[in-house]
Amino acid sequence: MKGIVFDIKRFAVHDGPGIRTTVFLKGCPLSCYWCHNPESIDKKPVQTERKVKVESEFFTYTEQVGNIMYVDEVIDIVKRDKIFYEESGGGVTFSGGEPLIQPAFLKQLLKACWHEGIHTALDTCGYTQQEILEEIMHFTDLFLFDLKHIDSHKHKQSTGVPNEIIIKNLKYLLQMKKRIHIRIPVIPWFNFNENDMIEMMKLLQSLPGNIEKIDLLPYHTLGNNKYKRFGMTNYMEGVTALSKEDVSLIFHIFKNAGFNVSIGG
Amino acid sequence: MTSRIKKLREQSINAINRLSAERALLLTEFYQSSHALGLSAPVLRAKAFEYILMHKSLYIGEDELIVGERGPEPKATPTYPEICIHSLNDLEILRTRKKVSFIVDEETLKIYAEKIIPFWTGRSNRERIMKAMSDEWINAYSSGIFTEFQEQRAPGHTVCGDKIYKKGMLDFIEEIDTEIARLDYINDPEAYNKEEQLKAMKITAGALIHFAQRYAEKLEYLSTTENNAKRKSELQKMAAICKKVPAYAPETLHEALQYYWFVHLGVILELNPWDSFNPGRLDQHLFPFYKNDLEKGILTKEEAIELLEAFWIKFNNHPAPPKVGVTAQESNTYTDFCLINLGGLKDDGSDAVNEMSYILLDVIEEMRLLQPGSMIQVSKKNPDSFINRAIRIIKTGFGQPSVFNSDAIIQELMIQGKDLIDARKGGASGCVETGAFGTEAYFLTGYLNLPKILEITLNNGIDPLKGKQIGLTTGDANNFTSYAELLNAFRLQINYFINIKIEGNNKIESIFSHYLPVPFLSILIEDCIKKGKNYVSGGARYNTSYIQGVGMGTVTDSLASIKWHVFDKKDISMKMLLDALKADFEGYGQLRYELLYNTPKYGNDNDEADNRLTEVFDLFYHAVNGKPNTRGGHHRINLLPTTCHVYFGSITGASADGRKARVPLSEGISPVQGADINGPTAVIKSAAKIDHLKTGGTLLNQKFTPDFFNDDEAINKLTRLIRSYFRLDGHHIQFNVVSAETLRDAKKHPEKYRDLIVRVAGYSDYFNDLGEDLQDEIIRRTEHSSL
Repeated sequence: MKGIVFDIKRFAVHDGPGIRTTVFLKGCPLSCYWCHNPESIDKKPVQTERKVKVESEFFTYTEQVGNIMYVDEVIDIVKRDKIFYEESGGGVTFSGGEPLIQPAFLKQLLKACWHEGIHTALDTCGYTQQEILEEIMHFTDLFLFDLKHIDSHKHKQSTGVPNEIIIKNLKYLLQMKKRIHIRIPVIPWFNFNENDMIEMMKLLQSLPGNIEKIDLLPYHTLGNNKYKRFGMTNYMEGVTALSKEDVSLIFHIFKNAGFNVSIGG
Repeated sequence: MTSRIKKLREQSINAINRLSAERALLLTEFYQSSHALGLSAPVLRAKAFEYILMHKSLYIGEDELIVGERGPEPKATPTYPEICIHSLNDLEILRTRKKVSFIVDEETLKIYAEKIIPFWTGRSNRERIMKAMSDEWINAYSSGIFTEFQEQRAPGHTVCGDKIYKKGMLDFIEEIDTEIARLDYINDPEAYNKEEQLKAMKITAGALIHFAQRYAEKLEYLSTTENNAKRKSELQKMAAICKKVPAYAPETLHEALQYYWFVHLGVILELNPWDSFNPGRLDQHLFPFYKNDLEKGILTKEEAIELLEAFWIKFNNHPAPPKVGVTAQESNTYTDFCLINLGGLKDDGSDAVNEMSYILLDVIEEMRLLQPGSMIQVSKKNPDSFINRAIRIIKTGFGQPSVFNSDAIIQELMIQGKDLIDARKGGASGCVETGAFGTEAYFLTGYLNLPKILEITLNNGIDPLKGKQIGLTTGDANNFTSYAELLNAFRLQINYFINIKIEGNNKIESIFSHYLPVPFLSILIEDCIKKGKNYVSGGARYNTSYIQGVGMGTVTDSLASIKWHVFDKKDISMKMLLDALKADFEGYGQLRYELLYNTPKYGNDNDEADNRLTEVFDLFYHAVNGKPNTRGGHHRINLLPTTCHVYFGSITGASADGRKARVPLSEGISPVQGADINGPTAVIKSAAKIDHLKTGGTLLNQKFTPDFFNDDEAINKLTRLIRSYFRLDGHHIQFNVVSAETLRDAKKHPEKYRDLIVRVAGYSDYFNDLGEDLQDEIIRRTEHSSL
């Protein structure tokens, strides 16, 4: 079984508990205007020219973003940091893009980790069919479930898709008693305001089951470079990153409602 | 911090390093006097020691709590002409060099010109050593294949155990007398030698008691003229302490600290041993005194902290004795490598972390001084909270404390044949060197330039920078048909140079044994008294000689390049590679790019490169390990550079990993600067592929930018990272926490960063005191970490 992976990052410390390896699968059904991994949206591998300076001379080489990899190849890398997962209560996180866009590949990866006794987390936007969730659920120890906006119209405007399916899937996972961390990107012009966040909080309160944790992810500019590199339009050009202090009001909305909430992953 | 400590700390930081001719002058006076005639070497040395302690000036700073200075005042640094004579030119260099300079005043120059240089010329140990070395040794030394630790300083590399906290010098004199009474001139051919050694030890023990008495008298005198009632009573108390210790065993924390300090001064006035001297497992030694004082109600925690901080400042007042030439380059720093150990295991194998461990961490954090250095020993039995506390200090970015694996240290010591309890009493000293504290004389003998030996191998025994044949003729590299053939040639060259080095080491050890015994240090280290043998002659229970490998990353990546490109992929011919190295890559930009970017590199958990690391490790290990020294012990390896990777780089041509000529080598077992691109877990996995337990210490540097430490969870993850490395038997890991931006600004505006301390390699130093090349290197590795 093969799939398209665009990066594997070891010593990931913001993608779930403990020390983790994050495997980024390529392709995403959403197209959020603030996306910090814009090269991950398209499922196909992309090639870019990169330059390296050695002394005063420049050398160009072609970088392939997105590599076709076998399950075994991915697992071979993931397994290397097993001792760190064991020591820290970490594991592997599948992220993207949207990992559920390659469901069969993802299932094989999760299953292989599960057999190795490696803790698995899935970082997902939740925009998928319930049948796919049913397929992978058993092998997923933790869902890092993105929730972006309560208003479906605004959601569609800014991400390209409405949110009904997403909320339905979230409810489903909660009903199935899966472990869930909600991840809320806090984005200027989109949901960086109290009202939207209060609505979001109310929705989360109304859901069945237990939300272990809420992570607020303040908008950062680390992706800006990528827009330049891949020649893509950056709608966030010039927007400064949000600080911990900027989101403190939002933090307290959730905190006061009794949620276990943190800023950053 | 009390106002007293604040003042003493300021004074210590602002005191200017200067050279003092006092010791050299007293020593010369003694050697020229009739008292020096007709004595055996140990007694001569003991009498010289006695003479110095009897006549050297005393210093009692305003409001000091712990007294005693090596020189006439803080940071006034003596010289040791019996070891190495500083020429007028050397003094000029010391005076005028930009980094690690010492003020040398007119009077000192005059004393040197008129008295010191004329008398000692022809008598110094350095001259003896250089005369005894073979041409092969001189050639290898001049080409920078290895350095020689003992050419400007004496073998030290030892740490005080727990005996001084249980016994006074009078007890030791009694032990010595017992051994003398027991001597058997009928059956023991060594009896005379033993008696001379024991007599010498006895003289030095008496000399230290007398030295303390001189302080007691001066303190008493000062107390009579003191108007401030509080200070008056302090001075009286201090006088009473100096009357009691070191003659008798200490009973209070204050006595224990003052006792150690007198002992410390004794060791560093007797000679200028490497790594100064070191109280070692300080939390273990001091905790019983602290507890007892508290229980008796004679000390509060606050008072204890003040005493400990006063003690800390004493270390900072004592820069390393001035070094010149190659020795200055291999270890160019004011730091004298005292390394306080905290944590680890007790003799019975249980968790040794106690309240004193945490108090001392507070002291380290509050003092933020260059010296003493500090480290935590982490066993699987120590609690995480201990590591977390230490990381909170590490994250403030002054490079202390570093983190060591107790369980690995104990195994390393036991593999070398030490007793379990002796091993548990051990730790690390200097940079990362494993030692059995109080029982072992473990001499570091010199750094070995592994990339340079590969360079010589690729040039059939010729040092291309000198155009001289200094190695074996192992064949033209162009004719090697396989990687195995190259590796075998490399093995032969390593063995050849190691043998030259060991031959030199054994001569030098004998020279020290004959001419410069250290009777005072011998009192402190078991079993010198019992054996009637000197510390430098095998008197210690354990006697090890180390050769320190440098440039592991550079040599690994170079071999990986050659194997990958020349022999496996065959996309670069040996001839082309050698031409490129010879040209320092001028006109070979594309080839250098391939070497830098399209070649497996150590530090990425990639076996293709990491297997080269274990190959080099095995070659080095087998060349050295187990070869006898002159003291009944063996040669062993460790892997640490101090600042030698910069010096070694500066005399090594371009290397096959893409490194330009004269650029610093990699340090310790850290990957080549910038070559590790898969993060710290990959670095740790790579570094753990060598068997650390076969060494006497390895040094791994990991760089983090300050923002990594922003939250508790990150600190906890770092603790887990350390635990993982130690589970893989890693010996030591240290963290540099500064942003490249800060460092660049510091380079531009050194005046703004007078207190900026950074981790160099196995120790911390003021950024301003580092050479420009080392500053740039640290900026480079910091930049890399923030990508």
